[in-house]
Amino acid sequence: MFPELNNLLNTTPDRAEQGKLTLLCDAKTDGSFLVHHFLSFYLKANCKVCFVALIQSFSHYNIVGQKLGVNLTMARERGQLVFLEGLKSAVDVFFQPQEKPHPLQFLREANAGNLKPLFEFVREALKPVGSGEAGWTYPVLLVDDLSVLLSLGLGAVAVLDFIHYCRATVCWELKGNVVVLVHDSGDVEDEENDILLNGLSHQSHLILRAEGLATGFCRDVHGQLRILWRRPSQSTSQRDQSLTYQYKIQDRSVSFFAKGMSPAVL
Amino acid sequence: MAAVATCGGDAGSAGSAVATASKSNVTSFQRRGPRASGTNDSGPRLVSITGTRPSVRNGQLLVSTGLPALDQLLGGGLAVGTVLLIEEDKYNIYSSLLFKYFLAEGIVNGHTLLVASANEDPANILQELPAPLLDDNCKKEFDEDVYNRKTPESNIKMKIAWRYQLLPKMEIGPVSSSRFGHYYDASKRIPQELIEASKWHGFFLPEKIPSTLKVEPCSLTHGYIKLLQFIQNIIYEEGFDGSNPQKKQKNILRIGIQNLGSPLWGDDICCTENGDSSHSLTKFLYVLRGLLRTSLSVCIITMPTHLIQNKAVIAHITNLSDIVVGLESFIGSERETNPLYKDYHGLIHIRQIPRLNNLVCDESDVKDLGFKLKRKLFTIELESGFASFHSAHF
Repeated sequence: MFPELNNLLNTTPDRAEQGKLTLLCDAKTDGSFLVHHFLSFYLKANCKVCFVALIQSFSHYNIVGQKLGVNLTMARERGQLVFLEGLKSAVDVFFQPQEKPHPLQFLREANAGNLKPLFEFVREALKPVGSGEAGWTYPVLLVDDLSVLLSLGLGAVAVLDFIHYCRATVCWELKGNVVVLVHDSGDVEDEENDILLNGLSHQSHLILRAEGLATGFCRDVHGQLRILWRRPSQSTSQRDQSLTYQYKIQDRSVSFFAKGMSPAVL
Repeated sequence: MAAVATCGGDAGSAGSAVATASKSNVTSFQRRGPRASGTNDSGPRLVSITGTRPSVRNGQLLVSTGLPALDQLLGGGLAVGTVLLIEEDKYNIYSSLLFKYFLAEGIVNGHTLLVASANEDPANILQELPAPLLDDNCKKEFDEDVYNRKTPESNIKMKIAWRYQLLPKMEIGPVSSSRFGHYYDASKRIPQELIEASKWHGFFLPEKIPSTLKVEPCSLTHGYIKLLQFIQNIIYEEGFDGSNPQKKQKNILRIGIQNLGSPLWGDDICCTENGDSSHSLTKFLYVLRGLLRTSLSVCIITMPTHLIQNKAVIAHITNLSDIVVGLESFIGSERETNPLYKDYHGLIHIRQIPRLNNLVCDESDVKDLGFKLKRKLFTIELESGFASFHSAHF
């Protein structure tokens, strides 16, 4: 986790809020550093994490996690982390006939399917196991990323349904958190993606949006992060709070600064 | 097919991760994985393979694309286990040249090749590969020596290229070239001996028999299913993923797929905006990447993205690939006569570079790159029309 981002979000692993949906969004840049942040944050907070990693392999997250101070292999071995490696599972489900529904069953289907098997997987992974379990604080579902599901043929509605079920189970029933990443296609007209993004934005409590700079590539400032706190259930008379920072990604951390205050510029 | 769970205890099935996580890798083949950098807790180090080198940044295994200029732009080379997607230029001239450089580099390094095409026989593609320049000093002499190897006077002819005398007569190419990244003469064909000494598999779509895989109809285009089966078969049979107990492979598989997405593959993504098989290509890329990540292979794909009607699909394809390079040639466009571009044959756009095992990536500062093809050199440089303080002339 990045200590500077914790300060900006006003949280620490000890006293994070529960029952929240956080939406990570990136436009014209790579927002995966936010995923690494939340993964290490919740592992350090002693939560039980179910990570649906659809876009990269386990070793990728493991190596970056080690730079951020968490050991994913050990977390997985002691049961704190349940890792669904999308790429590896896709090969399994595609080349071998499955007896029971596989979380990525939709890859074999012709028509736009639904994500019920994936939801069953998540629910099974995060359900509280008896009293003998080493006490994890609360469950967390992390998905990287949802846009991959759209590009593999699922409809935006199917993905929204999946998130709805996950929220009902993880956020409301189990008092945990859900963090998802969606790519913003920007000016490319991707209707399904826009539906998904808008739908999730309405439901989220916290939106972190990483954007590339409008002026193009810069070596010292990699992008801009917009943080938006929302209260979806309460009345809209209260204004949502929004902050914008610029950031630079380094080898082991990310540094944030106010707009125009990059150390390279000053 | 025992392709599952030789490495890593995690299973795709629900809820069993806790039980299987305790199973550690006890097979004799400790596959470190294509991105192993020595940070794993146990297992032997990966034996060094010809034509690869670890990345300076994170120790990841890299291979050359066949174009040293492009290697530098990509941060040293192409990482094993990744996909390089080349967005074709309009007449598929320079993209097919990059494709051939990639394959030729594989032959020179002794890698196994897998060439897939729907419109050209892979054997013909291999015949057209450019000839490598194996040694700057003695290249001319060496070329002559190769053809004269069978004659008894070969001892005399070897006088100039004296160090090659000590090499076994049959082996050329992989033994004499230990450099990473070679230069090729685009005007000459690769010597026949090199092709015959190399190991390659061809996939020519019109020749393949119907597949036996029981996938629901129309889930993926037929051609793609056949190709995936073929690739998976080669990877398993030849042991590139370490799951075959009979085969201990310590070589790289270079996969080249030409014109993926064109109508010849049975895909209508270039013909209509919302066709029946609109997600066929993305599913193919996803499963392909899954195969690559778990094996010692690297893949180049050329795709006619300028023909794809639905622009959102291009964004999906970019997200599902690792490295995306776009080529834009000036042939036939108004830029051909533009004085700003007169030195160049086209522009090369590095659209995406992956962040593998890292928070940062090797993004080059330079975004305006032009390329020109000379007989022996494919150079990529900063466009001299734009203000630049140093020209990155490779």
